[in-house]
Amino acid sequence: MGQLTTRERDLAAAILLVLAIVGIAMAAAGQFDPLGVHGAVVLLYSLALLYLIMSSSFGPPPDPSRISRYYDDPIKVGVWFTLFWAIFGMFIGVWAAAQLAWPSLNFDTAWASFGRIRPAHTTGVIFGFGGNALIATSFHVVQRTSRARLADQLSPWFVLFGYNLFCILAVTGYFMGVTQSKEYAEAEWYADLWLVIVWVTYFILYIRTLARRREPHIYVANWYYMAFIVVVAILHIINNLTVPVSLGHAKSYTIWSGVQDSMVQWWYGHNAVAFFLTAGFLAMLYYYLPKRAERPIFSYRLSILSFWGITFFYMWAGSHHLHYTALPHWVQNLGMTFSVMLLVPSWASAGNALLTLNGAWHKVRDDATLRFIMMAAFFYGLSTFEGSFLAVRPVNSLSHYTDWTVGHVHAGALGWVALITYGSLYTLVPAIWKRERMYSAALVEVHFWLAFAGTVIYVFAMWNSGIIQGLMWRTYTGDGTLAYSFVDSLVAMYPYYIARAFGGLLFLIGAVVATYNIWMTVRGVPALAERHGDVPVAAPLPEGAATGPAE
Amino acid sequence: MRELIHRKLERTAIGFVLAIILAASVGGIVEIAPLFTIDETVEDVEDMRLYTPLELAGRNIYIREGCYACHSQMIRTLRDEVERYGPFSLAVESKYDHPMLWGSKRTGPDLARVGGKYSDFWHVAHLTNPRDVVPESNMPAYAWLARTPLRLDDLGSHLEAQRSVGVPYTDEMIENAARDAFGQAVPDSEQASGVTERYGEETQVSAFDGVATRVTEMDALVAYLQVLGRLTKAAYQNTAAPEQVPDPTN
Repeated sequence: MGQLTTRERDLAAAILLVLAIVGIAMAAAGQFDPLGVHGAVVLLYSLALLYLIMSSSFGPPPDPSRISRYYDDPIKVGVWFTLFWAIFGMFIGVWAAAQLAWPSLNFDTAWASFGRIRPAHTTGVIFGFGGNALIATSFHVVQRTSRARLADQLSPWFVLFGYNLFCILAVTGYFMGVTQSKEYAEAEWYADLWLVIVWVTYFILYIRTLARRREPHIYVANWYYMAFIVVVAILHIINNLTVPVSLGHAKSYTIWSGVQDSMVQWWYGHNAVAFFLTAGFLAMLYYYLPKRAERPIFSYRLSILSFWGITFFYMWAGSHHLHYTALPHWVQNLGMTFSVMLLVPSWASAGNALLTLNGAWHKVRDDATLRFIMMAAFFYGLSTFEGSFLAVRPVNSLSHYTDWTVGHVHAGALGWVALITYGSLYTLVPAIWKRERMYSAALVEVHFWLAFAGTVIYVFAMWNSGIIQGLMWRTYTGDGTLAYSFVDSLVAMYPYYIARAFGGLLFLIGAVVATYNIWMTVRGVPALAERHGDVPVAAPLPEGAATGPAE
Repeated sequence: MRELIHRKLERTAIGFVLAIILAASVGGIVEIAPLFTIDETVEDVEDMRLYTPLELAGRNIYIREGCYACHSQMIRTLRDEVERYGPFSLAVESKYDHPMLWGSKRTGPDLARVGGKYSDFWHVAHLTNPRDVVPESNMPAYAWLARTPLRLDDLGSHLEAQRSVGVPYTDEMIENAARDAFGQAVPDSEQASGVTERYGEETQVSAFDGVATRVTEMDALVAYLQVLGRLTKAAYQNTAAPEQVPDPTN
């Protein structure tokens, strides 16, 4: 925060004071409700940040030459947030997985029972880990590919800390039982409202930074970041339209009901996968893959095809979560059709990524970081194929409600999202801290194999359990009666639940190794002499002077 | 040609954002908007009941504890599901569900028609420690629900909020919400008769948790579980595989 001017610090202090007052109001209005606890959380969070601002407010004025450099401080903090939420979210995940095998692991407490920690796991990894990774890398990528400094100094901090306040409110709420029960949008109305404010700020910051670009063209990675920011806003607002019981209650009732709610919920749910977990991370792929491989993206046309294919097709696909339900048949069929068509843009992206590596495969062998990115593209191709396959009605009749879905999600979440994130972080960290290399290449290698083994064990366990479960539910005896009771199918799951927890544990250990390695890189690796050319362009380029992506 | 158009589009951030919004909106509009206008989306049935305040409170506990993460409430139109769980679910059955709890995963069985299948006593024993009645179960124990008194004073505001999103609770129901919740779980009290007057003769009035003097969260949750699938009989009249309505007397 050393680069903030006095005026910016004053403004930050004013914002935090307002937030502290909101916290007090929430605590007062909700004194008999979990809302009151969240009021206290908001108050403490804003006071802690206020203390940080105030303690530096009499420091020296910022160096005027900062304007001629990129603004990387918020990215660094974003990296720490990312690493923290990864360990937190994955730990809760392993714990939840273990509870399915050994139910007494909740120690008979309400807050730690499976139903409460499960959303803490999903929110922790999707929004905590994934979201912070997206925000941090988007700040990095938009500056480098636009050759311009972030448009503002205060709003990046607002976005970062505001977003993490949302994550904290969401996760602490689940432990207290505050939830809307909408999957992947469990946070209640006040947290949702707060996220809208943060997100609009993020959008404005991003657009303003793009407007300052010294490149005539907007680079592909930024298309995806923009789609991520814009569409997530639309999804979030529509899915979370809700009426609170009162201003003193955390609880609210969604305006959607029954069949319409199911469609809105899965329109949101599936496109959270599309625009949060796919578009945003494809943006990372399109920047960090060519950087690391030192090869240009294989095909510009394929990039266009896959971008617009994903943006258009995905929004139709949500109803494949509702096959054979009370949702009208025609909507189910539309969802299935578009889900199958989605394979084209998805494989265009995955193929584009893998073909980019042509001529650099020896680097994939030697450089574990690039291998993270390559394996992520591979798992992206695998899980998008699986996704289209599972969306086909007869397949879905077997797979739906079983662990197969869970396995599919984790092939995407571990194999694609987490691997591309760590590949990007290992590229990003030495670049913004200006270190000549990571602390230990061997530890990156260890992390790769832990993550890969963990993912494979997890996904195979869930494929097996899901298919067995689905088959047992529909097996008939020769007499035409159901062959197995539900409990029979549950008993068959236990070995796989143990294997799944083990796979998740390996992945978690990998995340701890990564955090240690990054920590030691920042602390112990000698600084690199100023990277040649890693500064924004001072004057606007003449029209058409450069057409390729920056760097 | 296409590439030329795109090269232009790539040069304007606002234009690009507008194009994204346009491309992304179509799917949602085509699939969601008609659900509100087409009559066939939700069947029209006469006997559809509302959740009583106690059942609604129980539903909120079901949500709070994340039960939906492991239990679906949506029986699909597949033979094995109909034979295992009962007639497939109709849209009208979740007409007043804000939010719907169809679920996406069956770590445990579907609950759409669990109402009336087991006794109150079984539910209490099962929730207190699932392994006492189903030794192989991996469900968490919820013994503390029976020790936690249910908050009654704000049930009126809950019903009011429900009404503002479209559930037809009357002024009288809102006014008497706390009384009705108490009466439904305390059958010998004077408040008990009002519940069936307002919510219909089919409403189950019972000392759900086995203690007929106070109202706990266990009362509310069991009351909710016992009403699942029994708000209307439409599904039993409307399916290819007709079944008997479960006997409401435990």
